[in-house]
Amino acid sequence: MSPNLVALLYLLASVLFILSLRGLSHPDTARRGNVLGMAGMAIAVLTTFSIARRVDIALAVLAAGGAAGFVIARRVQMTQMPELVAAMHSLVGMAAVLIAVAVLSDPPAFGVGDPIPAGNRVELFIGTFVGALTFSGSVIAFGKLAGLGRYGRLFSSAPVTFRGQHLLNLVLALVMIGSGLVFVSAAPGGQWTPFLTMAALAFVLGVLVIIPIGGADMPVVISMLNSYSGWAAAGIGFSLNNSMLIIAGSLVGSSGAILSYIMCRAMNRSFFSVILGGFGAAEGAVAAHAGQKTVKAGSPEDVAFLLSNADSVIIVPGYGLAVGRAQHAVKEMADKLLARGVTVRYAIHPVAGRMPGHMNVLLAEADVPYEQVAEMEDINSDFGATDVAFVLGANDVVNPLAEQPGSPIYGMPILEAHKARTVIVNKRSMAAGYAGVDNPLFYMDRTMMVFGDAKKVVEEIVKAL
Amino acid sequence: MTNAADPTILNITVFVLAIFVGYHVVWNVTPALHTPLMSVTNAISSVIMVGAILAAGSGAGGIAPLVGAVAVALVAVNTFGGFLVTQRMLEMFKKKASHRPKDVGRVPRSGPAE
Repeated sequence: MSPNLVALLYLLASVLFILSLRGLSHPDTARRGNVLGMAGMAIAVLTTFSIARRVDIALAVLAAGGAAGFVIARRVQMTQMPELVAAMHSLVGMAAVLIAVAVLSDPPAFGVGDPIPAGNRVELFIGTFVGALTFSGSVIAFGKLAGLGRYGRLFSSAPVTFRGQHLLNLVLALVMIGSGLVFVSAAPGGQWTPFLTMAALAFVLGVLVIIPIGGADMPVVISMLNSYSGWAAAGIGFSLNNSMLIIAGSLVGSSGAILSYIMCRAMNRSFFSVILGGFGAAEGAVAAHAGQKTVKAGSPEDVAFLLSNADSVIIVPGYGLAVGRAQHAVKEMADKLLARGVTVRYAIHPVAGRMPGHMNVLLAEADVPYEQVAEMEDINSDFGATDVAFVLGANDVVNPLAEQPGSPIYGMPILEAHKARTVIVNKRSMAAGYAGVDNPLFYMDRTMMVFGDAKKVVEEIVKAL
Repeated sequence: MTNAADPTILNITVFVLAIFVGYHVVWNVTPALHTPLMSVTNAISSVIMVGAILAAGSGAGGIAPLVGAVAVALVAVNTFGGFLVTQRMLEMFKKKASHRPKDVGRVPRSGPAE
């Protein structure tokens, strides 16, 4: 195959990748988009096989890895999506490092000059350290998301912090960059030591950068690692002079960056404060003066009564609902209400799950029609005209304190559930949310609390309806 | 002086333009599909496999074919797993769209319960 034809086929693949993301602008076009993405990938891989000198080994391991991917994709639970995505980021990061090693050991096989020109070495350096950072950072993120804290403190969902942490990171980063510069200017033959030092430091940094970040900030971390894995791919594209890799990598990189931004904005936190970490430690802490105020508690039967007498209900699902795997029960409850003529909708906060869009997938899995599911901006103005807001396992995202200057969460965009005529809140206990802030919503006269596991409570409501 | 620019400059050109394209395309993605967006971008980033295939099939000695083969195996998990799990999620969004399109909001009291 002529180099020109190869380049054109790679261009075709790049266009297909762009179209595949474009398809995600609406659920109806999304599946076609995904198929276009697969087509682009098939074209890219087949074209590369046609120019490789040997294909047997690559084909064999491709089949093995592909089979593993196939099985994982079939078996994974939708609640486990954050873990899966983190694991996959780590693979891309590791692959970037391995490819850089291969380029360094055999430059002519990739059409790179031997000895490698300084410019290409800069690109290899960037591709390698971003890849290494992505790998070890994603492994830690995976551990935190999968709840592997009992196997090691590094995987604990609580932030791991120690004195001088940021200083240590800074020093390591500077030494890593220094090694990279030595690598770029090293004489042929003397490249390996600085290269491997740099890569090893990047692996260590990846761990250190992620451990201080708490469980509540995982949506940001996972988006950020998504972005890094893209930049790593783009970096390798630079070293191989491959436009398709650069385009695909940049698409992924900017996608992850935008998602990080959206997540930070939804939590009203700056990207920097998330990265510096230490947040999310207050998980489960009971707010100081919670005991002094009284709440109105009710039974599932009371809730069933309120719901069936309402004209309109907005359900606010939070992560507690997903943890309790209550989404199917909620759907059953909504169906019963719909059959009685009650308007039922769901209000989704951007950080309702553990990764961007997670709650939407969990509801879709429970067969909730996506037309009933509304984003925060679209539904917030409707709460005032709604009979019942039913908050299930959510806390900080419905905390009216966010509208009060001076409160710790001031400025965080919230779902205005407190404006509904009646508010029902299901929680396991009176513990504060991730932010560690008490929630005045619970003490309002119009609020009724139903304590207990989300799934059990909803199932009893269904029975009573 | 030649007219051809350094390949690195061309790479930077492609890089900058691709970021612009990515920026505009991704802001258009509906928030409900942000999880599939993440899994599909994951699959797309596995296109890094082309480099790994060249390494695995370089035909030369040394460690390049070995690390290349390992890299192919690792990202193949993403290629297949990423696209398939995305498809699985998108199917969930489809079912409702075609199943009961009229079911939005209020259903008449006399209507069927399910």
